[in-house]
Amino acid sequence: MKKIQYIAFILFLSLSSISGQETGDILITNGTVITITNGVLEETDVLIRSGKISQIGKNISAPTDIRRVDATGQYVMPGIIDAHSHIGIDVVNEATDPNTSNVFTGDAINPFSISIYRALAGGVTTSHAMHGSANAVGGQCETIKHRWGAIDPEDMKMKDAPRTIKFALGENPMRVHGEGNSIVPRTRMGVEQIFREGFGKAQVYMEQWDNYKRNPGAAKTPPKYDLKMETMADILKGEIIVHCHSYRADEILMLINVLNDYGVDKICFQHVNEGFKVAPELADYGAMASVFADWWAYKFEVYYSTAYNAAILTENGVTTSINSDSGELIRHLYHEAAKTQRYGGLSDNEALRLITINPAVQLGIDDRVGSIEKGKEGDIAIFNKHPLSIYAIPQMTIVDGIVRFDINDEDDMRMDIDPESDISTYIHYSSDHHEADRCMQDAFEYFTKD
Amino acid sequence: MKDYSKSQQMKNTLYYIVLNLIFCTGIMAQQVAKSTYSDVLLKNATVHTITDGTLNSTDVLIADGVIKDIGTNLNPSDVEVIDCAGKHIYPGFFDSGTQLGMSEVGAVSLTNDYNEIGDLIPHMQALTAVNPNSVAIPVTRVNGVTNVIAKPTGGLFPGTASLINLHGYTPDQMYAGFKGVILNFPSGAKRGRWDRRSEEDIKKAQEKATKKLDEVWSKLKLYAQIDSTEKSKNISSHNKYQPEFASLLPVYRGETLLMVEVNKDKDIESALDWIKKNNVNAVLTGVSEGWRVADKIAESGIPVITGPVLSIPGRAYVRYDVNYANASVMQKAGVLVALRTNDTENVRNLPFNAGFAATYGMGIEEALKSITINPAKIFGVDKEYGSIEKGKIANLFVSSGDPFEMKTEISHLFIKGWNIPIESRHTLLYDEFLSRSPGK
Repeated sequence: MKKIQYIAFILFLSLSSISGQETGDILITNGTVITITNGVLEETDVLIRSGKISQIGKNISAPTDIRRVDATGQYVMPGIIDAHSHIGIDVVNEATDPNTSNVFTGDAINPFSISIYRALAGGVTTSHAMHGSANAVGGQCETIKHRWGAIDPEDMKMKDAPRTIKFALGENPMRVHGEGNSIVPRTRMGVEQIFREGFGKAQVYMEQWDNYKRNPGAAKTPPKYDLKMETMADILKGEIIVHCHSYRADEILMLINVLNDYGVDKICFQHVNEGFKVAPELADYGAMASVFADWWAYKFEVYYSTAYNAAILTENGVTTSINSDSGELIRHLYHEAAKTQRYGGLSDNEALRLITINPAVQLGIDDRVGSIEKGKEGDIAIFNKHPLSIYAIPQMTIVDGIVRFDINDEDDMRMDIDPESDISTYIHYSSDHHEADRCMQDAFEYFTKD
Repeated sequence: MKDYSKSQQMKNTLYYIVLNLIFCTGIMAQQVAKSTYSDVLLKNATVHTITDGTLNSTDVLIADGVIKDIGTNLNPSDVEVIDCAGKHIYPGFFDSGTQLGMSEVGAVSLTNDYNEIGDLIPHMQALTAVNPNSVAIPVTRVNGVTNVIAKPTGGLFPGTASLINLHGYTPDQMYAGFKGVILNFPSGAKRGRWDRRSEEDIKKAQEKATKKLDEVWSKLKLYAQIDSTEKSKNISSHNKYQPEFASLLPVYRGETLLMVEVNKDKDIESALDWIKKNNVNAVLTGVSEGWRVADKIAESGIPVITGPVLSIPGRAYVRYDVNYANASVMQKAGVLVALRTNDTENVRNLPFNAGFAATYGMGIEEALKSITINPAKIFGVDKEYGSIEKGKIANLFVSSGDPFEMKTEISHLFIKGWNIPIESRHTLLYDEFLSRSPGK
């Protein structure tokens, strides 16, 4: 059996003709086009040339050699974006220090992860491959495009997307470091000081380098290079967007105060289950929020939650997205977004913004993806019914003008290419209730005692 | 040192009274409003009976906790009338496998009461550990879920599950007339991503569990024989105090349903063989890979409780949607299928799980049955629950439309005739914080 798999893998490598950075041409005709930023256009065509949306309108003419997709009776929306995910990476937590700003999830990308295919089959074209929440300052994250079929990890990266970093508040860093290893932080007081220490030291570090650069002759040697300090300094310079795992209102306010003291304004709170309690403060600071549709009560810091969180945040003017943090939920973010209609009565467009343009804003890529607009990247999801209906089935998912999922394709474009796994292995995922919560993956199995 | 003066004591007492008042009011604000119990006429609704089609412009009379009458232009006296024109009535939904009420906060172990120590503990009663005041219960029922199976998890025989109504102040008030013993059938599956066992280790563990199951069953056989002999000859008991076998005895005799948790295709086949061999009255639960062996399950005539529908396939090389379609494949093969979420705090997603099953092959009508009349039949309570029929217990809700659609709103909910407020921690927090006062 192993042998067959190995041969299949080699065959796959040799036959694989689509590389990651390749772009495509495609004409989608006569669909109901949900642009997100410019209303819903009936019986409209969308033309993608060289991976970019080049035209939106009726009866678009295009060269005959371009692939045509008839979307009559179907719904065409921008590719869905997940601002919080851990799919497509081999490892999630470098749980060895309360501050690991020197590591990158971009170094651990696995283009063969089956979760990428499953996410594509749910219309998701871009995800934020985040570091986990074991450390107060976690690693830097990678924004990836789901170029399923590409085999070079580099090809999964969304080139030139802004840098992001994971921060984490509350129980997770307290459990791993305080409870697990008797080092700060064991409390939310300690968590605060990890950030202040990081920023405070980075200020000194920057000053030393600035002095050295101003007058290199004055010192015998340059200051010591420190990647952690470089990263913290880049946050202070506004070059990195902070994405902070958080739950309780008090800790959210704490981080806003810390960031305010250090002049950092690019902040998106993640999970932020009690964000609804401090929505006016979030809106006032310009902080954004990426939340679950309905997860709560799986730990104490999410006990006082409400599924109306996204609606309250939206109504209070906070740029809000719905995320998955899960290889399961990422497959139906359109359904998760629709829950804001049951819980808070958001309009169709408000609900769809939560999984398109809003997460794009949070990742700093809204000039490239998140809506169907001329000049934007050709990332499209096509549904047979309105994507907010329970009866909608994703039909086709396009990334950079290339079809990466097609429900009508033989075997719907999946591939099993893990030569190391025994093909008969069956994993019962739902036997572990919150198996899907991957924020703490790798944090305990390697690091803390049983 | 100054004496504690009387006035100081008075002041303190007053202080504590005030403090108590504030504290209690705070607590009360976290609970939902009381339910009411009176005769109610639901006027002019579209009634989805489940067992007798859909009735337009129809009235439903609720009295004495039951559906007293169904018809057009009902005109009883002295009842509260709720205008349901343009609205829909559905029977309350059943989630056929949850830990609802048995766990308050997942990560806080001392609030988890579903997983007792031991491999052979069928006498552990889920009903004992159901907290009627769990905050998750109102959160669940406002989505139309009126009944759930609360079940223990863990080893080979982890305990006895109970069917409960999601309203009541004591477990007895909530109990809905069914108990079933759980068997976690020896599994050849990895338990999750963390499971680092080799295929060989998994096989060994499965063989060991199978051996244990066989041992238990042969001891049970002996226990039953002793019991039968003693009863027939009217002699005093020689069976020792063995609560585990006392609990299994009605299962052995086919009087109590055995709920056999099994998921992998090969394991399902083994379980079917085992059930047949031992002539057990059983239902399969989990059954994630039922789609691979649907015909065999159908042939056995054994019903299935499956779910969550929204779950990840267990193998990397199968279609992404096999779990969405699983319930439908089994139902189409002829299996009596009920759905479960296997969840705790988000059992409220049951209607959406059914919606996905409907979308991926089952259709709306069958999906509705899988969370109403089908589970009622499986649990032997279909005379009381599972459809809108005259004489059945009044577990039903009124909605603005299709309850599988997220846009739909539920406006009224009745459990055993109690008119339940559409309130939960989640709605109360929304009411308080949508426009916070003071704001910024």
